[in-house]
This record gives sequence, C-alpha cells and structure tokens, in this order.
Amino acid sequence: MYVAVKGGERAILNSYALLAQARRGDASVPELTLDQIQQQLRLSVDRVMCEGSVYDPELAALAIKQAAGDLVEAIFLLRAYRATLPRLGYARPLDTADMRLWRRISATFKDLPGGQVLGPTYDYTQRLLDFTLAASGEAQAGPVASPQSEAGAVPRVVDLLGNEGLIESHEPSPGDPEPVDLTRVPISFPADRAARLQNLARGDEGFLLAMGYSTQRGYANSHPFAGEIRFGLVDVEIEPEELGFPVSIGEIEITECQMVNQFAGSKTEPPKFTRGYGLAFGASERKAMGMALVDRALRATELGEAADSPAQMQEFVLSHTDNLEASGFVQHLKLPHYVDFQSELELVRKMRAAMPESGAEAA
Amino acid sequence: MGLLARAALDDLEQGIAALAHAPHEWLRRPETGLFMLRGRIGGTGDRFNLGEVTVTRCALRLATGETGVAYVRGRSHRHAELAALADALLQSPLHREAVQRTLIAPLERSTESARMHMHQQAQSTRVEFFTVAREAGT
Repeated sequence: MYVAVKGGERAILNSYALLAQARRGDASVPELTLDQIQQQLRLSVDRVMCEGSVYDPELAALAIKQAAGDLVEAIFLLRAYRATLPRLGYARPLDTADMRLWRRISATFKDLPGGQVLGPTYDYTQRLLDFTLAASGEAQAGPVASPQSEAGAVPRVVDLLGNEGLIESHEPSPGDPEPVDLTRVPISFPADRAARLQNLARGDEGFLLAMGYSTQRGYANSHPFAGEIRFGLVDVEIEPEELGFPVSIGEIEITECQMVNQFAGSKTEPPKFTRGYGLAFGASERKAMGMALVDRALRATELGEAADSPAQMQEFVLSHTDNLEASGFVQHLKLPHYVDFQSELELVRKMRAAMPESGAEAA
Repeated sequence: MGLLARAALDDLEQGIAALAHAPHEWLRRPETGLFMLRGRIGGTGDRFNLGEVTVTRCALRLATGETGVAYVRGRSHRHAELAALADALLQSPLHREAVQRTLIAPLERSTESARMHMHQQAQSTRVEFFTVAREAGT
C-alpha cells in the first residue's frame, strides 16, 4: 500500500526549472522548431502518434520537444492531452486497398499486379554512418521521377490470392458488428480479435517486436511470411449527423502489414494459410510487423492450436502492451515508500528476533 | 469537402481572399475534438478501433442564408472556418462560379499534380526481383 507524503515543494519547483534548462541544453545552440521535428524526425513523430493513439503530427512534435526526445514520455504527454478533448464521433473504416502508395512489397510473390515499390526504406542501405550529414546537412535531390504507369488503386496481395481458397479470407460478420472501444470500457478476457487489435495498435513497439520475435524463435509455431507491407496515404471519411452523407476530412499516413502463416489444418478445416494483421499510424513498419505476428499468435485458441507460449496467452500479452501503464507502474517505485518499507523493516526484525539464538549465530 | 480539408491553409487564404468579403454568422463556432479511426481486420473483415485523430469542425450561415459546414483533420480553427465559408459560398448562386474558378479549380489542379508527383517518385523505386534458381543436374 502506498501512504501519501507531503513537503518538498520548493525542491520540486526548482527541479522543474532545472529540467527546463536541461531540456534546452546549451542556449547558444539554435532551438529546435516543431517543423524541424516533424520534417526531420518524422519516424519519431510517427511512433509517438501511434502509441499515443492520436494522429496529429504537430502535437506529437511538441510532445517530443517537451520530453527532450524521450519517446515514451512524449507518448504520455500526448495521451494526457488527448484526455482533454471531446470525442466527436467514429470515422468510417479506412480503406487500405485505396491507399496512395509510397511503398508496397511482398516477400511471398515477386510478380504482382501493381508491382513492388520499395519507397523510402532503410532496408537496402548499408548502415554506414554518413559523415556528410554531420558536416553539412545539404538537402538531397529527390529521385528521378519515373513516367511509367497511371496512379490508381492497387489491390491487396492477400485478396488476389484469396480466390483459390488456399489462404483464409476475411469478411465482415453478419450485421458488421460495432467493435468494442477500449478507450471507453476496460478490456475483459477472453478478448475478441477487434479488441485485441485495438490494444496492439496502441501497444509498445519494443514489446510487440520482442513478442513477435519470440514466435519466430519457436515460442509458438507460427512460421510467418510478409505477404504484403504497404505504406502510403489514405482518406479519412466521416459521416456527420447534420449532413447524413460521408465526407472526407483529409488524409493520414499509415502502414499495413499482412502476415501469412502456415496452418496445418484441423479436424474441420483443410490445411491452408492463415493471416495476422498489423495497422499503424505513419511509417511504422517494424510496429506493424510485430503487431501482425502477435495478432496471429493470439489466434491460437480460435484455430485449435496449443496456446502454451507467452505470445499466445492473451491475458499476458494484452495486459503488458501499454508502455504508459508499464512505465507508470515501474517508475512509481521511485516515489517515497517510507511507511511501507518501515513496516517491512519491523517485520524482518521481528522474524529475526524470533529465530533460535544458535541459528542466528551460525548464519 | 475533402479537397477543402486537404488544402494547405495558405492556398485557402489566397483563394478566399480573392473573393468578395462575405459576412456570416456562426451556427457552431470552431471546435476541436477527436474522431476514433477504424480499420477492418485483415483489411476487409470486422471493424476495429485503431486510434484517434484530431478534427476541427464548425458551421456558419451567410447573410444571404446559405449554410456551410466543415470537418477538417487537425486543430486549425482558421482552416475549418475557411472551408465552411467556401462550402457556403458554393451553395450560393451568386458566388458559386467564382469560388469554383478561383479556389476549387486551382486546388484540384495542385492536388492532382502533387499526387502524380508522389506516384512518379514512388514508381522510380519499383523493383523487379529475380530468383536465382540452381538448374537441375548442372
């Protein structure tokens, strides 16, 4: 039990001032602007939006600046701000088949309608430090634009393959049920797949990466392939009550990952490929892939597989995805616990006093 | 509406400034809140809640009676106001043509060219992978 303490007001106020000074660093170095953060640290911005669970690049940039680049702290700031805004409604489901693509790759099929487009990726870079960035920071010219092909919707790989029945397809359930909203009601177990995906979508990238990695190393027999990864812009559509028809309110950047996994089949189902799904704000490929791996692992019970690995246990996984909760609970240990500790100290003293004389001496 | 929502604020300011000043009253002052975004499982299955997005909305009425509504991603009250104003002017027989010419048509052109530019840049990274298969018996 935590017993409240008081006092320390002046020290705390001075620590605010010291923190502000430490955040700013050497005042002779120009201050970072939010534009600079948004433009040049875009992947940090994307991660904060994703796990902060609010798409707003400007707010995410502000949070990163205020948190001195500590992304988990920035996520906390964004979530706290979120709580001050009213909820105006629910958007229509994003149509990722209609994405304007920056990137679209498949590790399972090399020849695809619409082609494979690498986009801006670190995948094929050599990971050598580029000292020209340290020296000058000159803007690089963009690529030579390719005149070929008309822009248009590019179908999802998994939809193309669904026809043969070798890979499972996803249709809305009858009545297209309203999904549970974990920002309104706490998660309860067993959680359905929609609730699990909402939990994973705002989950910590590092945690999902590690859990996904564990499934590849043998803690859940998932045998995954990256069926398709796409990154680009999608329209956000809402249906305001005063209008009664859907309108576009702008676009957002998003990453989608369709993981394809082997499935040995069961008594009722023939062998086929099953799927795991990841969807994440911005260019968040590692996150989307981790999410898709964990989503598939969490379907173990549904698919009649043994659920004996950590990544397959939904209470374990879904209770530990949130870095705000995890960080809060771990870091609260720093707060004064003097009364708790005092009582434990007394207890240990009493237990030692109750021990036989000889035993205490022998130890 | 999507076009107005996606437009850069500067382009909206310029396009609207070119029109005669249109007095208007608020039906709903600009207000920023959140919409919950949704995806579908696997892209096509049941809906699930993904995360929220900031949205600013407002509604206004011109002195001539036409109403305009705007819902715009982000927190710019000015952007929502200009989008609602343009929406109202587009309902007005008096202004429709001018708004179409000085605001909507240029926005359509710049949106189209930005999309084409993005598409061409992305397509410059289009890749053909070849599998290097070992031939049997050699």
